[in-house]
Amino acid sequence: MESIPDIETGEAKGIVEAMLPTLFGIKAVRNETHDTFTLDLEPVNGPAEFSFKAGQFNMLYVFGVGEVPISISGNPTDSSVLIHTIRSVGTVTKAIRRLKRGAFLGVRGPFGSHWPVDEAVGSDIVIVAGGIGLAPLRPALYHVLSQRERYGKVVLLYGTRSPDDILYRRELERWRSRFDLDIYITVDRAPSGWRGNVGVVTSLIPKAPFDPLNTTAMVCGPEVMMRFTVQELQKRGIRGEDIYVSMERNMKCAIGFCGHCQYGPMFICKDGPVFSYNRVKDFFVLREV
Amino acid sequence: MKESNQHDPETFVIERQHFDSLLAVLKQRGYRVVGPTVHDGALVYDELTSADDLPVGYTDEQAPGTYRLMKNGSKALFGFTLGAQAWKRFLHPPTAQLWEGKRNGDTFEIKEEKTKQAPYAFIGVRSCELHAIGILDKVFFNGNYVDSTYAARRRGVFIVAVNCTQAGGTCFCASMQTGPRATAGFDLALTEFVDPNRHFFVVEVGSKRGAEILRDLPHEPAGEGEKARVERSVAQTIAQMGRTMDTKNIKELLYKNYEHPRWNDVANRCLSCANCTMVCPTCFCTTVDDMTDLTGDHAERWRRWDSCFTMDFAYIHGGSIRATTRSRYRQWLVHKLATWIDQFGTTGCVGCGRCITWCPVGIDITEEVKAIRETKRSPTTSIEDTNNGDS
Amino acid sequence: METLEPILAEHPFLKGLEPHHVQLIVGCASNIRFDSGQFILREGEEANQFYIIRKGKVALEVFSPERGPIIIDTLVDGEVLGWSWLIPPYYWRFDARAVELTRAIALDGKCLRTKCEEDHHLAYELLKRFAAIMEQRLQATRLQLMDIYGVNP
Repeated sequence: MESIPDIETGEAKGIVEAMLPTLFGIKAVRNETHDTFTLDLEPVNGPAEFSFKAGQFNMLYVFGVGEVPISISGNPTDSSVLIHTIRSVGTVTKAIRRLKRGAFLGVRGPFGSHWPVDEAVGSDIVIVAGGIGLAPLRPALYHVLSQRERYGKVVLLYGTRSPDDILYRRELERWRSRFDLDIYITVDRAPSGWRGNVGVVTSLIPKAPFDPLNTTAMVCGPEVMMRFTVQELQKRGIRGEDIYVSMERNMKCAIGFCGHCQYGPMFICKDGPVFSYNRVKDFFVLREV
Repeated sequence: MKESNQHDPETFVIERQHFDSLLAVLKQRGYRVVGPTVHDGALVYDELTSADDLPVGYTDEQAPGTYRLMKNGSKALFGFTLGAQAWKRFLHPPTAQLWEGKRNGDTFEIKEEKTKQAPYAFIGVRSCELHAIGILDKVFFNGNYVDSTYAARRRGVFIVAVNCTQAGGTCFCASMQTGPRATAGFDLALTEFVDPNRHFFVVEVGSKRGAEILRDLPHEPAGEGEKARVERSVAQTIAQMGRTMDTKNIKELLYKNYEHPRWNDVANRCLSCANCTMVCPTCFCTTVDDMTDLTGDHAERWRRWDSCFTMDFAYIHGGSIRATTRSRYRQWLVHKLATWIDQFGTTGCVGCGRCITWCPVGIDITEEVKAIRETKRSPTTSIEDTNNGDS
Repeated sequence: METLEPILAEHPFLKGLEPHHVQLIVGCASNIRFDSGQFILREGEEANQFYIIRKGKVALEVFSPERGPIIIDTLVDGEVLGWSWLIPPYYWRFDARAVELTRAIALDGKCLRTKCEEDHHLAYELLKRFAAIMEQRLQATRLQLMDIYGVNP
């Protein structure tokens, strides 16, 4: 029999303890788009700070309704507030949407692997986000901007369905005015009068200003978008080991026991959600895996 | 293992009439004694009050999709092989409450569910099942987290293993190197012999605890003849096994054949009924149920068994990643025999044959693997070519 | 035009063409500019020209009665606008409007069509290049069509 790590001495965390949510209060609710909103959370008891790494996620619990995995979208260098951008698509997220300022959520986490912001020091950074995929990538951008001088060129490529679906609009406009950050936004379709780009996000890659031989790319969005984005990035010459993707699967426990989040041999909750493309490339092209 | 000598202190003999004391002693020591018994015509694992509760004189006939439990007039306590249930139901219970919560106006508080219970004593654990427990150990103690529900039950459990003196109809433990002889992980291991004039058990001691319990039972050191009989019996069991699983490079084989046409073939037969995952001694997947009462003031979180064969299992916003039976069967088999190895360092299969017996359409995983190994994959076969009309 | 020849010869679209083909095309080329909001081509009109955008942004629009005009693609510096001049019955299938001040090179498609009938080598070279553009646009369009950011019902 394997020797069992001792829970009492803290050698390992017991499952029941790891399945207990911590109470967080909603400080603010901001509408981003017609179906997406952002919450500012702060803990009720315990340490006033919540620290995490860019790319990690929490399990958010609505009392009596259920739990759902949501990426953290705040600034990892500012641990005074926990920020989540959530799209209202299912039972739990719709229930979260109905909560107002002053209400409470259960939070478990942070879980999972993170964007390689430290390993990428010294290289150009390309962030390619599709739709709500910008939410898990924003912390990486915050981190890079907080140590801007340690990186080369920094480029954000962002595609959404339409201009109304653009997240963090004001923030993007502010960032646009920086000289050390290139932002290109495109939408799948737009009403006449839109002065920005229309087209799929992959079309922004061929001309984006970065050096493929010294670039770390971080990609997040619907899987089909990531698949074609990786192709375009590789066409530009970025190596598979320098491209990172964030995968998503059904999750129930987030600690590697329920088995739901398996992706080939990997558990998205503990081996991911952020993966180097090289690690997942054999499974990326398979269907129904 | 110690070298055997004339009077190996590790191997003893207990006569049938003294077997009953084993259960009594365990009960006295505070164990909850569970083992095979017959309820409503089915062989199940349940609490035993005495040796009389064991399936005396029962045996089973198993084949793909077939199971018959019958009496054969013998006096043997362990003359059968395996029922549908596995020991995982005690170590990794089908349902377990994790916590309960109470609402206080806008806020709520959550209390961990702490249950204490007496340790189990498992009577009649086959070698394949011992390996299954060892495999689950690696699943539930996985580094950063420990499944404490499992750990609490696992730490205390007393295991009385039983060496199989006949092979089940669907067994293939020999080719999986998980039996039929119990070699480790038990406190005591018994081999039953029923002769016309003598009914006895050869007992191997596997731990200090086992030795302690044995001390309270009438027993004698085993003689060479008795020990040799165990070897012969094991060899006979191996010879009886009707199927084998070729595990050579099985991980690479399955990783390379995600699009093998055989998956379409098995998908045409598989009903996605999830029986295999329920009876498999190593399947461990669960789901989390968050529930509340009608007032909405009281909430509970429960964990319960789940199966990768359900449409819900891989559901994310708007659809299931594995919408076809083909993909779900493939997930189960490739996990069990291949990705499990990368995840936990062992195979997930112990060759117990339950999935073969309890599959309503008799799918035999040894056959499926064989087919993938032997059929040359046609270069023109693609998923578009196949139409298995399932949902 | 002397000023246009070096520009055109360098352009990726014409790269690899034989010098006399380049000359021919230059002979059909002229500078043109569109103010912000100006239509470059209209759906239903005869397609007699195509454009290589030098600097600016052009939106391809489709008009639908209930929804008004919808932008389905935007083209920027260096991209080629218009292939309907090459494919019968030679009329535009969409509107194209300059989003901002746009300078482009206009090429006389009608004239080139005639030349292509005479010189099949030229025709093949042009069709090869347009086929590549169409493939790229089709691929992108398919992705847009899939509405990948939408929520499944």
